[in-house]
Amino acid sequence: MTADLDEPIESAEHAARTSSSSSPTFGVGIESPRVTRTKRTISYGVLTFFALIYLGPFLLSIATSFKTSAGSLASPLSPIPNPVSTAAWKELLGFADSVVDIRLGRWTLNSIIITSCVTVGRVGLASMAGYSLARLSFPGRKLVLGLILGVMMVPGVVLLIPRFLILKELDIRNTYMGMIFPLLVDCAAIYLMKQNFEALPISVEEAARIDGASTFRIFRSIVLPMARPSLIAVTVLSVQGAWNEFTMFLVATDKPELKTLTLGLAQFQGGLGSGSNYPLLLGAALLTTLPIIVVFFTFQRYFTGDAAAGSDK
Amino acid sequence: MSNSNTIEVAAALGSGGLGGQSSDDADREARRSLKRRRRKEGALGWLFVSPVLVLLAVFLIIPILLALYVSFTKWNGQGGPFSDKVDVVGLENYRDLVLEDGLTRKNFVSSLRNNFYFVIFVVPLQTLLALGLALILNQRKLKAKSFFRTAFYIPSLSSSIAIGLIFVFLFANTGAVNTILGWFGVDPVQWVNNSKGIIHEFLGLFGVDKAPSFLGDNEILGMSLWNWLSGPSWSMLVIIILAVWTTSGTFMLLLLAGLQTIPESVNEAAAIDGASRRQTLRFLTLPLLKKQIVLVITLGLIGTWQVFDQIYIMSDGAGETVTPAYLSYTTGIREGRFGAASALAFIVFAIILVFTAAQRYLGREKKEATL
Repeated sequence: MTADLDEPIESAEHAARTSSSSSPTFGVGIESPRVTRTKRTISYGVLTFFALIYLGPFLLSIATSFKTSAGSLASPLSPIPNPVSTAAWKELLGFADSVVDIRLGRWTLNSIIITSCVTVGRVGLASMAGYSLARLSFPGRKLVLGLILGVMMVPGVVLLIPRFLILKELDIRNTYMGMIFPLLVDCAAIYLMKQNFEALPISVEEAARIDGASTFRIFRSIVLPMARPSLIAVTVLSVQGAWNEFTMFLVATDKPELKTLTLGLAQFQGGLGSGSNYPLLLGAALLTTLPIIVVFFTFQRYFTGDAAAGSDK
Repeated sequence: MSNSNTIEVAAALGSGGLGGQSSDDADREARRSLKRRRRKEGALGWLFVSPVLVLLAVFLIIPILLALYVSFTKWNGQGGPFSDKVDVVGLENYRDLVLEDGLTRKNFVSSLRNNFYFVIFVVPLQTLLALGLALILNQRKLKAKSFFRTAFYIPSLSSSIAIGLIFVFLFANTGAVNTILGWFGVDPVQWVNNSKGIIHEFLGLFGVDKAPSFLGDNEILGMSLWNWLSGPSWSMLVIIILAVWTTSGTFMLLLLAGLQTIPESVNEAAAIDGASRRQTLRFLTLPLLKKQIVLVITLGLIGTWQVFDQIYIMSDGAGETVTPAYLSYTTGIREGRFGAASALAFIVFAIILVFTAAQRYLGREKKEATL
């Protein structure tokens, strides 16, 4: 998208390069236009090859989800389903009976409930704590900051058994609470918000302070609106994180009614011969992935802000 | 700090404005209001971080301490871990895992070997791939950059479970990958549930099917050197490919961001000085990118010791794909041996800490060198 905007600059630069390479004094390091063109063709070749490797599995999944079960086994690599079949999608969406216990509606609802709660909580807590660490001076601030940085280093997988133990002790296993609460604090998000608040111009806050606004009011009506891009970034990251979360839920629940999309999806594998019903399997995988890709594309400009902003210069 | 300084400045300015009053009074008044403000601010500061602290205490610090205690017991999940029916055994769980000859150690040591191969394959591969793609994408005059960038990033966005299922399909015995291999005349590979190590397989091509005596007779942690040198199993190779495919996109973005901080004028200067492309890359770009590369390697090392979801969905540990983290899960939640499971979790923690510490140390040296 942004690439188009920068084209004039790029071609101007290209012209500058070509002209300098024609000058014999600088001839050593700068390639002739012909070499550059060959090199560029190779670059496109390599990029296209890898784009195919990165996107191919998804495209193949889409195609396969419209094949018959037999067709998916007979021609696993064919990009065009022949014969076309919507049987898998009918089964998935509940229009036809299935051998697998599919409760897509329930799983999606659970995923939405949990993702929303986790995201609201994370964004709220991260911005409050981040502001506190960035701008409010209170005794023990350095200690809290150290704690948060330290916690960031605790690997998630290590917490699997400890979290199971605490959920059991608190008797909140197999509840929404038990699935949501452990995910509410994201120290990386707190740190990100802190860094962003520190980068905001302090003069606005001071002006408001001189005008008599309370610290809380400054936070709510001045600082938060100014930090909108980073709030959106944290929101997208936590939607992605909570939606894709698996390990924590695996430990927190074994009740069918509390299954999220990821837990539901996991039961397809190895369950009831669905291992060979690839159209069904891949249709479900795509349904789980799609919402996140949509969210990402919608907010892409906030999300890859840094990388995208500079890349096309 | 700068915050309170400016308040003082503001207070001083304010007092200057009140011409009629004696400056002493105004000063005292300003100081008092500053103190009040600071106390209020401190209270609000604590108020804002307290929910985070409470949640961290309940769902992170206390659980870790609880697990530490459980790792010294033989608690089987029945009743409370503190009931007097639970045997407190000290370091026995750790000893069984590392020192005592037996099934527990055998399983743990194979999981260590499996994860070790996973790490030494995934980390270099994903770093090189991410670096290569970032270098190509960083060229000027390249069109459709954002398309390629997004294409490489999409696998990183998706749920590990969805991707695992897609790979189960791709690597099925009559699946897409074996079909493609068939085009090149390669016999189909049995990827599922295949515990043969690829180095063993490779040596088998030269007729080395059994351990030469010096490899077969010597043991480390109860496993023969020959078995240590098996290489990743075919099944693990699939998870290695999956991991590289999923994570390289994120790391590519990270490296690309680093590359973009290098001003073009630097490259131009090098070109004018007669540096070839290769020299520019070797002596200019890579050293300038060192910080990001070290970060990518560190994140890779931390991440690869934590692989879990992919194993759960793709192999459930079959075909020599069990890792210590996965073993901790099965030992605890499936077998109810929470003492051993907790001890395993702390061993994984220690391994990751060692890697992080090593990187910190190397990273610090590098910082000094560049300054």
